[in-house]
Amino acid sequence: MTLTPQDRTIVEATQAGLPLVTRPFAVVAESLGLSEAELIDRLKQLKAQGVIRRIGAAPNHYRLGMTANGMTVWDVDDAVVDSLGEKVGALPFVTHCYRRPRALPDWPYNLFAMVHGETREEVIAKRAEISSLLGKACRAGDILFSTRILKKTGMRLRGKEG
Amino acid sequence: MTRKLSPLERTLINRLQDDLPLVPHPFQELAQELGLSEEEVAGHIRTLRDDGLLTRFGPFFDAEALGGAFCLCAMAVPPERFEDVLTKVNAYPEVAHNYERDHKLNMWFVLATESQAAISATAAAIERDTGLPVLLFPKEREFFIGFRVNA
Repeated sequence: MTLTPQDRTIVEATQAGLPLVTRPFAVVAESLGLSEAELIDRLKQLKAQGVIRRIGAAPNHYRLGMTANGMTVWDVDDAVVDSLGEKVGALPFVTHCYRRPRALPDWPYNLFAMVHGETREEVIAKRAEISSLLGKACRAGDILFSTRILKKTGMRLRGKEG
Repeated sequence: MTRKLSPLERTLINRLQDDLPLVPHPFQELAQELGLSEEEVAGHIRTLRDDGLLTRFGPFFDAEALGGAFCLCAMAVPPERFEDVLTKVNAYPEVAHNYERDHKLNMWFVLATESQAAISATAAAIERDTGLPVLLFPKEREFFIGFRVNA
């Protein structure tokens, strides 16, 4: 998908966040020379196209005291991995949940669910809940705690089309 | 540092992970529900953001829909070579995040490139540079709901 130049301008103007005022779209619209209604209309279009997922905020897990993070991985029967993946993704403590290809023979796992908690013990207890939800459809599982952030750069759209 | 959250702040953190309406007054509905003014809701969210408990408020973009390709990758790096390999891997601007994890596959990073072809090319270049295999775990399907703090 290619964005129109106007959509690109809108993405650039909003990717760092919206002002926390009662009419945030009016403030951004003014800076772009659009009316509030025009901007809201374009944002609705971008949402309909799937470019925008939602309007909201993301929690900072570390600042909320959730300093333990475990990538739980599961070898789930291909016939039911998608229906079970939906259930795992809906668990309140799972932040990300994906189906990914296995890398046999070293890596038999096809379902990845990221779990955050205040302690490793808490993450391990939550992992047990996922395990019981998956039941017999799951042949094996593992948990990989992160021990160090080695690099973290934010995703930003470049100023000009590459 | 972390601080104790008020019940209102917990509710706001959870509700902001839902989708606010694309309307001129996006906080109106939430304000009515909580018995607050829109100014108060915006103010509480601003405090949560300024205290670093929320990262940002605004639209969440689908990075792939914006154009570009992403892939989770993993390597089994011998411990004695870890720092050397890390320097080589992190030198690639395509490496967006990189985490050390306690597993034989001990280095997990995300490649972010302009195209799918560039993912394979970058992974191949890292393999040549380090002499180690790079396993690719592209997303085949996403199951997403979100995270909730205990209210």
